[in-house]
Amino acid sequence: MSLLQRLYAPQAQEPGKGRLASAILLTVLAAIAILVPLLNLTVPADSAFHVPTYLVSLLGKYLCFAMLALSIDLIWGFCGILSLGHGAFFALGGYAMGMYMMRQIGDRGVYGNAELPDFMVFLNWKELPWYWYGFDFFPFAVVMALFVPGLLAFVFGWLTFRSRVSGVYLSIITQAMTYALMLAFFRNDMGFGGNNGLTDFKDLLGFDLQSDNTRAVLLASTCVALAGCYLMCRAIVASKLGRLIAAIRDDEARVRFLGYRVENFKLFVFVLSAMIAGLAGALYVPQVGIINPGEFAPANSIEAVIWVAIGGRGTLYGAIAGGVLVNYAKTVLTGVIPEVWLFALGGMFIAVTLFFPKGLVGSLPAAIDWVKRRIGKRNPPASSPLAEEPGQ
Amino acid sequence: MSLRQWMRGGALRFLMVFWALAVLVPHSGASAAEDLGTLVTELGAASLSKKQAVVDRMVATGAPEVVPILEALVGRDLYTRKSDGVVVIGQKTSGGKLLLTDPLTGSEVGTVGSREVKRIKTNNRLRSSVKAVMGTLTLMSPDPQRRLEAADGLLKSSDQAMLPLIETALAKEADAAVKNALQLAKASIKLQSGSAEERLAAVQSLADRTDPESRVMLSRLLLKDGDVWREPDETVRETAGETLASMERRLEMWRTVEHLYQGISLGSVLLLAAMGLAITFGVMGVINMAHGEMVMLGAYTTFVIQEAFRSLAPGLFDWSLAVALPAAFLVSALVGIAMERGCIRFLYGRPLETLLATWGISLVLQQTVRSIFGPTNREVGAPEWMQGAMESVAGITLTYNRLWIILFSFCVLGAVLLVMKKTAFGLQMRAVTQNREMARAMGIPTGRVDAMTFGLGSGIAGIAGVALSQIDNVSPNLGQAYIVDSFMVVVFGGVGNLWGAFAGAMSLGIVNKLLEPWAGAVLGKILVLVAIILFIQKRPRGLFALRGRAVES
Repeated sequence: MSLLQRLYAPQAQEPGKGRLASAILLTVLAAIAILVPLLNLTVPADSAFHVPTYLVSLLGKYLCFAMLALSIDLIWGFCGILSLGHGAFFALGGYAMGMYMMRQIGDRGVYGNAELPDFMVFLNWKELPWYWYGFDFFPFAVVMALFVPGLLAFVFGWLTFRSRVSGVYLSIITQAMTYALMLAFFRNDMGFGGNNGLTDFKDLLGFDLQSDNTRAVLLASTCVALAGCYLMCRAIVASKLGRLIAAIRDDEARVRFLGYRVENFKLFVFVLSAMIAGLAGALYVPQVGIINPGEFAPANSIEAVIWVAIGGRGTLYGAIAGGVLVNYAKTVLTGVIPEVWLFALGGMFIAVTLFFPKGLVGSLPAAIDWVKRRIGKRNPPASSPLAEEPGQ
Repeated sequence: MSLRQWMRGGALRFLMVFWALAVLVPHSGASAAEDLGTLVTELGAASLSKKQAVVDRMVATGAPEVVPILEALVGRDLYTRKSDGVVVIGQKTSGGKLLLTDPLTGSEVGTVGSREVKRIKTNNRLRSSVKAVMGTLTLMSPDPQRRLEAADGLLKSSDQAMLPLIETALAKEADAAVKNALQLAKASIKLQSGSAEERLAAVQSLADRTDPESRVMLSRLLLKDGDVWREPDETVRETAGETLASMERRLEMWRTVEHLYQGISLGSVLLLAAMGLAITFGVMGVINMAHGEMVMLGAYTTFVIQEAFRSLAPGLFDWSLAVALPAAFLVSALVGIAMERGCIRFLYGRPLETLLATWGISLVLQQTVRSIFGPTNREVGAPEWMQGAMESVAGITLTYNRLWIILFSFCVLGAVLLVMKKTAFGLQMRAVTQNREMARAMGIPTGRVDAMTFGLGSGIAGIAGVALSQIDNVSPNLGQAYIVDSFMVVVFGGVGNLWGAFAGAMSLGIVNKLLEPWAGAVLGKILVLVAIILFIQKRPRGLFALRGRAVES
């Protein structure tokens, strides 16, 4: 362990900065969780401090994406596994929650059938498929939102890590996985609503989804869940296990020679990450009101990777910042000039890989250092601000 | 059926049998025309009741000229000229006069007033019997298409009295399609009204066929009306059942052949798309997510070239693809080289970053094309020699454009193999792949080789775009549709090996198309993807893995 500690000391070198960033992040999350609902619900609509409801949902959506980014950072930033299929876990979690809310509609659907969701009536199905059993029950749906992505990740990871599929091969295979799932969910006879997906939700646990109160609570829960996941990831990467995971990222063969079962560690992180993505999906669906197979599109998963890259991988808080910022930019740009968004996104991919490999949070201190050096040339920093990029 | 109808039908049948026997007698065209001339004159002179007999004799000559005369008779356009009693065909002109033509030769013989000719009288009965005769006359028509129609008509009516006629026609028929239809009609008639032996023979005569009509015919024999078999004889039933089963087996085989063809065709498309990837990914180790966009650029180059041809030289349109090929290669190769020099070379050794950066480039390229050409599909035409299809037995069609693409992909594979193995550039390329430092030490300009290799891979993608534009929609998303599949081909076949790409593309294409009939297109594709994911577990380096040090680095 001492060898590893010495080798990977840079990772553990700056606990203070991580702690500061964590504190800022948690404070911001707490502020959002408390202030935004308050400003939305109690301040009158004509006040300057009023937060409109659409903004509440939008924020909730961003935070769900941030959680997805967090899950990708956990495996990519710390374990070096670039998954181009994390959108699949996200969507699976979303489908689990969507199925619960479909069951909640009951006989208020267009066809008024209490036994079957609308699309099944439309397809002339006579009875509920077995895999829909239990989704009337909220805790079951929540467990499934975690369990199904976890199980998929477990099976997939168990097969791939054991046969030492790694690097770009793994990336491409994860992409094929989400692509195959997308094709599957587009089929009507899968029983998940075909290309329309699941929508027209009415309420969650008996609370009307359209009401401001429910939306506020959903936002607050997303903040809490994100904070919880962040703390959990933080705890993991700071632990001995986290060191080992980082060691696997940097030199898998060496860790294996040291006697560790590399594939088991990778599998653990991969499954955990998939479950976080699933939870993010489960929180996402009630706030946007729809889940369809488009969420499985490979392009979505790659886009999520770029949030992490832009925010700064291997930091956790950077991924969260990236997830929120890129999606905010997307909202703004697609609203103003839709054609520009793809140029901007493409440009971000190129710029961040070529010029800012450490992302925003990695380059920010460097930029600050640079400014400081400009102002006071007396006190040059001792070390180069850009540390060696972890090799892949 | 009233007595009168029956009588007429009977007369008609008799007439046709008579005629059929008559045509057996060999005759020369000249003598027939001579006979016909006298007959036509007779027709003009005969009383209404005798006309039937004259028509019968005219038909019995079997001359093709009979058809227009009878048509004129039915259409009341047949006249006798009052001045000399010659029979003529008259057509009303705008001036109320009649344009006369000779019924035998069709040449004009002058224009006269309507009073100078006398219409040859007909009645309903004569007209309908003549119409019926004309229907069968077409069985001897020199035009195979009309014979085919007549034969199909016989199959539908399945009239026993037609049997001798069919036999006669069969003996003379040279055209395969008409013969086929006639045999079918014969079997159908025998099955409906022959003796048990004849029915058995008819069933056996169908044994070599696979067409739907004969299958319907046979399966009808195996039906029951209540408790009674439609076919009373058990041997016939059994034979019919066996024949039907063997037909289905053969049909199944042909379908498999068709699926194989489609599979090879899909495989060659995949091969074209994946070949460039096999070079950039396989040889250089660069994950080029913008590879699909290189294909798209090639397709759009084809579109632009074709537009230019349409407006500048429409007559040379068939040559547009010949110009589009090098143009697409150049466009894609130049974009590829620019990409490599401007971005990818800074990311060597960092495959995951390369993946992301090239994905970004692909988004930019897509959006650029969308901004210039619009988001909708663009129409790319096919030259004449690529249109159409080959029809074979059992209703299988093999389209020519796919055939050309199969041939084309093999040619491209051959050309790339030649470049890789036989040229100095190929040698340098392989040297850089195997050991970059050593290659540089030997004086190979590795940077330039990298750029050229990337250009070659991208250029091949552009060529693939030309081929794809012939079978797929040309839209900004064209590349996206192929990128996952192309990666699967390269990963499955093994990186760094063109033969691997070939084997991967063909097996993927064929398996996909063979799975399709029973699993459906989407499920088939999912199964293939899952199979590849599982396959990679067993052989993480693909079907044709590179061995040695280069792999480990």
